[in-house]
Amino acid sequence: MKLAQDEQAMLDGREGLARQKAMELLIKYGDALGADKFIDVDNVYILSGLFSYADIFESVDADDVASEYFLDSRERVVVDRVKAFTTNHLFTIDLDNDHWRLVKAPQILHDLEVQTQKYCKRIGVNMTGTCTPYQTGNVPVFGEHIVWVESSAIAYANAVIGARTNIEGLESSFASALTGKTPYWGFHLNENRIGNILVEVDNDTVDLASVMEYEMLAYYVGGLIGLDIPIYTNIRKTPNADMLKGFSAAGASSGSIEMYHVVGVTPEAHTVEEATGRKKPKMTVNYGKEQRRETYEKLNAAKNDNVDIVAIGCPHYSMRQVAAVARLLEGKKVNGNTMLLIYTAKQIATVADRNGYTDVIKKAGGHLLIDSCPLNIYVPTTNVVATDAAKIAHYLPGEREFDNVWYGSMEDCIQAAITGKWKGELK
Amino acid sequence: MKKIVLHGRKVYGGTGEGEAIVTNQGVAFCAGIDPLTGEVTERGHELRTKSIAGKVLVFPFGKGSSAFSKAAYALWLAGKAPKAWIIGEVNPQTALASVVMHTPAVTELDREPTEVIASGDWVKVDGDKGLVEVTKKD
Repeated sequence: MKLAQDEQAMLDGREGLARQKAMELLIKYGDALGADKFIDVDNVYILSGLFSYADIFESVDADDVASEYFLDSRERVVVDRVKAFTTNHLFTIDLDNDHWRLVKAPQILHDLEVQTQKYCKRIGVNMTGTCTPYQTGNVPVFGEHIVWVESSAIAYANAVIGARTNIEGLESSFASALTGKTPYWGFHLNENRIGNILVEVDNDTVDLASVMEYEMLAYYVGGLIGLDIPIYTNIRKTPNADMLKGFSAAGASSGSIEMYHVVGVTPEAHTVEEATGRKKPKMTVNYGKEQRRETYEKLNAAKNDNVDIVAIGCPHYSMRQVAAVARLLEGKKVNGNTMLLIYTAKQIATVADRNGYTDVIKKAGGHLLIDSCPLNIYVPTTNVVATDAAKIAHYLPGEREFDNVWYGSMEDCIQAAITGKWKGELK
Repeated sequence: MKKIVLHGRKVYGGTGEGEAIVTNQGVAFCAGIDPLTGEVTERGHELRTKSIAGKVLVFPFGKGSSAFSKAAYALWLAGKAPKAWIIGEVNPQTALASVVMHTPAVTELDREPTEVIASGDWVKVDGDKGLVEVTKKD
């Protein structure tokens, strides 16, 4: 890595120990990638949770945890302030309204989250607390170099907005927040953003008109390709932001789609030629009735149709989705044996409060949670879960060993919440 | 026993050796591997229920959650990291994980590693030199 003057100064410790440690880490990271220089960034989105290490680290002191885990340092480093504009990913649990108790979170997570919030405040991390920063006040512009975490948000930023970020992790994003630097590599460069896999959607048998349809398409393609960039063609109706949010999340769960093009929709794909950079794609993938059915079945490996928990809102529900779910629950009652958890960002929940959506959800017996994620439920894994997120249907069995997870639309999930039974099917 | 030497690029320095565990499928660390045991947990993965702890992992690419490196770090702390790994195509997830897992890593080998190396072969990785020495099991 060739260093500019300001980078060398940070490495030499002239801006303190924290920036020195951060530069050391970024140089090792840049070398591992095969990069040769850094670029400046002023939009960083970090994973801030100290919670992840509750099982293996005894201290709840934020500076201890951050030194060890964020900066790979055995020496205690007290961070002063971040240098770049920085927002954070969700916390682990919702501390408001005792929602953390509702999902049976242990006390240690509560304590760590209190520490995390104090730490973020002290070092200047803006606590958006969401997996969807682009819905809540951190919207990059086309062509902007940014450093983001969260596979679904990265794909959204790259593909939908046309901002430029690699898939960053906790340590690299934290180091970028401290230094305002990232390796000039990967999706920051024009030539690495063009697509190489053509995906042809069969419009006669697939009607891409809902979040669920978009999720299934991306889930199928993600599972099929490696570190490739798909170009979706034959998409007739312009999708809305919710569809592209789900689309971004699903393709980064079954696989590694952190950049994609939808011809005629996303900003670097006005035409197929622009999307491919006039190069021949290495493969063409067809998506029709059969592939759709196969994907649906893969996402629905559950057997028991008595639903204990309905967990919806991954990635965090948009304003439109919270409004829609409130409409579905108007005058209804959630079944006594089922818990309905709806996840969104704090900023959107504020609008939901104002519009009365939160009251409708509460009255029906559901819960609107903020700062959190449907993966963070601490109930026995024998519970049967229903979700409208392919990402959750993918990760709950792997990460949390829940065997019975149903996947369907928002409507399927609300029906399950009201009746206690899963009745979803592929229409 | 037959020995094969492969040459590639350093991702992370140091040396490590162990029994190979080979897959042609991408590997997710966060929500794909149990950080306390090193066992692959991803549903439908060909390595499911097998452990990568103390082995040399040979795989085409990293995938899934951006908490990949964080999970790798946890694995390393628990003493369940692989001894070394050979990555078909490096991306930021595997690059950063190599750094925080302090694990010798190479990529861009002169032959396709998942074809040359089979699970059970003994593999030595010299990260600094970008060298891989494979001793075939049979």
